[in-house]
Amino acid sequence: MEGFLSSAIRMATPLLIAGLGLVFSASAGIVNIGTEGFMLLGALMGCAGSYWTGSAFLGALIAMVSTMLFSAVFAFFVLNMRADQTVVGAAINIFASGLTITLNRIIFKGVPVLAAYDPVDIPLLSEIPVIGVLFRQSVVCYLAFLAVPLAWYVMKKTHIGLEVRSVGENPRASDTLGIDVNGTRWWTILLSGLFSGLAGSYMSLGQLSFFTEGMVSGKGFMALAVVVLGCYSPLGVLGASLVFGAGMALQFRLQAANTGIPYQIITMLPYLITLLAVCGFVRGSRSPAASGVPYTKE
Amino acid sequence: MAYLEFKNITKVFGSVVANSDVSFTVEKGHIHALLGENGAGKSTLMNILYGLSSPTNGEIFLDGKKLRIKSPGQAIAAGIGMVHQHFMLVPTLSVIENVMLGYKEFGKFSLNLKQAVRRFTGLAEKYGMPLDPYEIVGNLSIGQQQRLEILKALFRNSRLLILDEPTAVLTPQETNKLFELLHKLTENGLTIIFITHKLGEVMDICDRCTVLRNGRVAANLSISEISGHEELAALMVGKHIDLVTHKREAAPGDPVLMVNGLRYTDKQGVARLKDIDLSVRAGEIVGVAGVDGNGQSELVKCILGLLKPDAGSVTVDGSDVTGKRPKEVLGHGVAHIPEDRYKMAMVKELTISENMILMSYDKAPFSKHGVLDRKTIDGYSEEICKQYEVKTPSVKELAGRLSGGNQQKFVVGRELDRKAKLIIAVYPDRGLDIGTTKYIQSRLVEERDRGAAVLLLSTELDEIMELSDTILVLHDGHIMAQIPQKEAKRETIGLLMAGVRNDEGKGENE
Amino acid sequence: MHTKAPGRLQRLFDTIYFPIASILASFLVAGVAFKLLGFDPAVAFGGLLSGSVGSLNAWGETLNKATPVILTGLSYAIAQRCGVINLGAEGQVYIGALCAVLVGTELSLPAALHIPVVLAAAFLGAALFGTLPAIMKNRFGSSELITTIMFNYVALYFVHYMIAGPIKDMNSGSNFAQSKQMLQTAQLPRLNAMFPGVTLPNRLHAGLIVAVLALIFYSFFLFRTTRGYEMRVIGLNRSAGECAGMNIRTNTLLSMFLAGGFAGLGGACELMGVQRRIMENAFNGFGFDGVAVALLGGNSSGGIALSGILFGALKSGATKMQMKSGVPTATVYMLQGLIILFVVGKRLFDYHRITERRKTHHGKEND
Repeated sequence: MEGFLSSAIRMATPLLIAGLGLVFSASAGIVNIGTEGFMLLGALMGCAGSYWTGSAFLGALIAMVSTMLFSAVFAFFVLNMRADQTVVGAAINIFASGLTITLNRIIFKGVPVLAAYDPVDIPLLSEIPVIGVLFRQSVVCYLAFLAVPLAWYVMKKTHIGLEVRSVGENPRASDTLGIDVNGTRWWTILLSGLFSGLAGSYMSLGQLSFFTEGMVSGKGFMALAVVVLGCYSPLGVLGASLVFGAGMALQFRLQAANTGIPYQIITMLPYLITLLAVCGFVRGSRSPAASGVPYTKE
Repeated sequence: MAYLEFKNITKVFGSVVANSDVSFTVEKGHIHALLGENGAGKSTLMNILYGLSSPTNGEIFLDGKKLRIKSPGQAIAAGIGMVHQHFMLVPTLSVIENVMLGYKEFGKFSLNLKQAVRRFTGLAEKYGMPLDPYEIVGNLSIGQQQRLEILKALFRNSRLLILDEPTAVLTPQETNKLFELLHKLTENGLTIIFITHKLGEVMDICDRCTVLRNGRVAANLSISEISGHEELAALMVGKHIDLVTHKREAAPGDPVLMVNGLRYTDKQGVARLKDIDLSVRAGEIVGVAGVDGNGQSELVKCILGLLKPDAGSVTVDGSDVTGKRPKEVLGHGVAHIPEDRYKMAMVKELTISENMILMSYDKAPFSKHGVLDRKTIDGYSEEICKQYEVKTPSVKELAGRLSGGNQQKFVVGRELDRKAKLIIAVYPDRGLDIGTTKYIQSRLVEERDRGAAVLLLSTELDEIMELSDTILVLHDGHIMAQIPQKEAKRETIGLLMAGVRNDEGKGENE
Repeated sequence: MHTKAPGRLQRLFDTIYFPIASILASFLVAGVAFKLLGFDPAVAFGGLLSGSVGSLNAWGETLNKATPVILTGLSYAIAQRCGVINLGAEGQVYIGALCAVLVGTELSLPAALHIPVVLAAAFLGAALFGTLPAIMKNRFGSSELITTIMFNYVALYFVHYMIAGPIKDMNSGSNFAQSKQMLQTAQLPRLNAMFPGVTLPNRLHAGLIVAVLALIFYSFFLFRTTRGYEMRVIGLNRSAGECAGMNIRTNTLLSMFLAGGFAGLGGACELMGVQRRIMENAFNGFGFDGVAVALLGGNSSGGIALSGILFGALKSGATKMQMKSGVPTATVYMLQGLIILFVVGKRLFDYHRITERRKTHHGKEND
C-alpha cells in the first residue's frame, strides 16, 4: 500500500505541474498540444543541466528556462503569426523529438551519473504509518502540491486570474476594457512552458534519473486531458492528476504482480484510462469560448 | 466651447475609405445623435474615439485638450465609456466580475470584490437599475445586460457615454425606460453620443444630430431644424427614397405550414417555446414581431428540424414533419433565409457556384449518381446571379469576397429560385443598405403573389407592419396575439412585444 | 466595396511562393543550428541532396520513402477537410500493417489476388480503427485531439504484444520480437520487374502506384462527388452544413474511416514493399510525417504529392548526411518541424502585409 501511494504521487506530480501551467494558458484560450514537446525538452535539459552543474536544482532551472524559451516560439507563431494552434503544437512536438535525440547524442557520451531530486523527509509527518510516505518526497513534489492553492487564489481572486479567464471567454470584450489580449496569452504560454519544463525535468531527474529518447510518451497529452477533466480549475487538476497517477501506479503494480497479463497490454492502461475519462467526464467540462481562435483587432 | 470636437478625421482600410474628413462638435450635456446607414462609417468613427482603431489622419479634442488615445484603456482613463451594439460582457462570469474586469482602483493585485459590490449597488440604486452583483451574466435578460453595460461605464466615472444602436434589442417600452435613464444621466452632467439608424429616435430624444453618408458628414443639424423623417432619410441615403413597399391585397389559399402546441426547452432547462400555435396559408405573409431572443430562433429551428421540440406538431404541406431530419423537412418544399448567413447559409471559402447548390447539390440536374455536374452548376449560378442582380466578376469567385449585400442577394436568390411552397425568412435584410432591403422585400412580396406561404421574422417593427398580411407577436415563447395588418397599431404591438396584453392593463411590464 | 480580386497568375504565384519561402527558411534555421552544434551545414546539406536525388537509385529510394507519407498525408488531409483533426495516423499505420501481416502470412493466394486482398485488409482494418475516435466524438463529444493520440499508444503496444506473442516469428532463430515475413505473393513487386523495358530505379516498388491511385481518388472524391462536397462544406462551416440538411455525424465517421484507411494503406505499402515484416517501433513517425506533408501540400492532392516527395527525399538523404557530416539522422525531424512551423506561420513571409506596413509608415511620415 505504501509503495502504491508513493508511486501514485510520483506519477501524478509531472501531470500536476504541467497541468497547473496549462490551466492558465488553456483558460486564456490556448490549446497547446505542444506540451508533449515542451516536457520532452524539459526532461533532456534537466538532465543536461544536472550533468553540467552537478546540481539537480540548477538542472531544473536550466530545464525551465530553456523550455520557456522554446514556448516563446510556440507563442510567436500562434499569437503573432496567428497560425493554427494544433498544427504549431504538432510541429513543436516533431521538432522537439528531433532536437532531443540529437542533443542527447551530442551531450551525453555513455550513461552519465546524474544528481537527481532526492527525497526530503518532513520531520514527524513522515513517520506516520502508511501516509507518512507522502512526506518522504522530493522538494519539487512538495512545491507542486503547495502551488495548487496558490494557483487557485490567483485564478479566482485576483485581477490576473480574472483577466486570463475573460481573455479566453470573450477576448473582444476584454480588449474594450483595456486588457492586452495577446499580451495575456503570451505570458500564460510562457508560464505553461516554464511549468512543462519543470514537469519534464521531474520525469527525468525525479523518476528515472536519466534521459531516454521519447521518454515523455504521451504524458504531455495526458496533462492536457487532466486540465479538461479538471474543468480548467487548479483544484480539479489536482484531483484529475491524482486519478491518473493512481492508474499508472496500478500499471506498475500489475506488472510486478505476475498476473499473466502481457506487459504490453498493461502498459496501455494509462492511455485507456485517458480514453475512458474523456468519454465519461468530459461533458461536465466546458472549454473557454474562444479556445483555439486567434484574436484580431479589426 | 465644444465639449468634444472631431477635426478632419479620415480612416482608410486598405482600399476602402471608411471615414473621410469628418468634422463636427458635441456640446456638454447633450444627447447627440450619430445617424447613418449600415456601412456609413458610424462604428468606425466611434471605434477611433474609443481607441479600438487609430485614424489615418485628423485629431479629436475633448474638453479643449487634444486626445491621444491608442487603446480602450486610455479612453476609459479619459472618461469615455462605450456600450457596444454586441455587448462586451463575459457571459460565464458574474456581474461584479464583469464590472471589475480591468478596473484596478481598489488594488492592483487582489480584486477586493466586497468593496466593489458596495460601490456597484450604490450606483445601481442611484439610477434605479437594481442588479444582483453575484448573478452570472449569461442568466441576465438582454435589457439587464444593457443596464449592466451602462453601469460598467458609470462605475469607471465615464463623462462621455457612447451608445451604439442601443434600442435594437429593446421593446418600445424598454426603449422609453432607457430614454428616461439617458435624460437622468445628462442631468448629472454626462454627455451622450447616440448611434442609430432609426429616424424616430433621433427626433424623440436627441438635441443635435450628425448624419454620416459614405464616410462623410452629410449634415449637422439641431433637431429643431429638421422638418421630418423624409428629410432625414434623404440625407442619410443621398437620394429620395420611396419608403413604402407596394403590394396588392393578399389572396390566401390553403394552409401550408401548421404549427400546433409546439414546446421546446433548451439545454439549460429554460422553456423557450411555450405552446405555440400558428399557421401560414399559401399566398400570404405572416410576420412574427418580437424582441430578439424571445424564441424566434428556436421556433424556426424546430420547424426546420434543427432542434427537436418537446411536444407539439409541425405540418408542412399536409405532411407531419415533427422531429424529422432537416433534409426531409427541406424536401417538402421549404426555403430558408436564415438569421445569420455567415453561420447558416453560405461558405465563404467556397465559390459562388459551389454555394449556389448548397441546398440542392444531391438533386438532378446538379448531380447524377453522386457525381457533381460542374457545367450545369456554373450555368445555373450565372443565371441566378443575373436574375438577382448579384455583382461578381465570375461565379468562380469565392463567396467571401463579395460585399455583404451581394452575398445576401445570392442567398435570397438561391432560396427563392427553388419555387418553394413555404419560405421562412429570418431578419432577411439585417445589416443591409436601404436599397438592397427594399429589393429583397419586394422579392418576398412577389413570392407571395406567386402563391408561396411566407413566414417572416423580424425585429424591425416597421418592416413587419409593412410586409405582413397577418402579424403575430412573440414574447417569451408565447404567441401574444394574431392581428390582421389593417388593424395593427404600433402602440398595441409594442405593448404585446413587452408581454402586456391590453385587457390585463398596464404595469405588467417587468 | 468590392475589393479587387487577384488574377489567376497572382494566385498561382501565391500558392508556390509560400511553400518555397517556408522550405528555404527552414533550411536556413536548420543550417544555423547545425553550425551551432559544431557541424558543417554545407557538407550536411550536400550529403542530404546527393543521398536523395543524386542518382537514379537515390530517386527510387526517395519515391519509396515518399509512398507511405503521401498516404498518411492523405489521411490527415481527408479528415481535416471534414473539420476533424486526425493525429492518429501513427496508430492507424500500425493497425494497417498488422492486418496486412495477418492476411499476408496466413493466406495463400496467387500474387495477382493476394496483393489486392492484403491491401484491402489493411485499408479496412485501419479504417475501422480510425472510426473509433469518430464514434467517441459523435457519442460523447470527446476531442479527437486527445483520443486519436491515445489510440496511437494503444495500437503501438497492441502490435508490440502481437509480434512478441501470437504472431511472433518462431523460425528466425533470433529472440527479437518480430512478425513472420510476408509471403512472396503478398510482397509488392519492384517496378523494373513489372516494366522490364524501361530504365527505372533499382528498388522502386509498386507502392508508388497505390499512392498515385489514392491521390487521384482523393481529388475525385472531394471535388466531384456529392459526398465530398458535403465533407468540404461541413469542414469549412459546420452550421451551414447542418442547415442544408447534411448529417454531421455520418460525415465525421466517413472521413475518419477514409483517413484510417489511407493510413492503413501507407503501413501496408511500407510493409509489403520495404520492411516485409513488423519489428518494434519500425513504423514510428509515418503518421506525424503525414501531418507535415498534408499541411505543406495545402491538403490538395498535387501539393501532397510534391511535399510527400520532399519528405521522402529528407528521409532517404538523411543517412548519407549522417555519413558525410556526422549530423544525426534525427535532425530531419527538426527540419520537418521547422517546415510545418513556417508553413502555418506564413504570415511571416506575407509580402502583401509587409508592403502594406511600409506604405502606412510612409503615410505617417508625410503628415
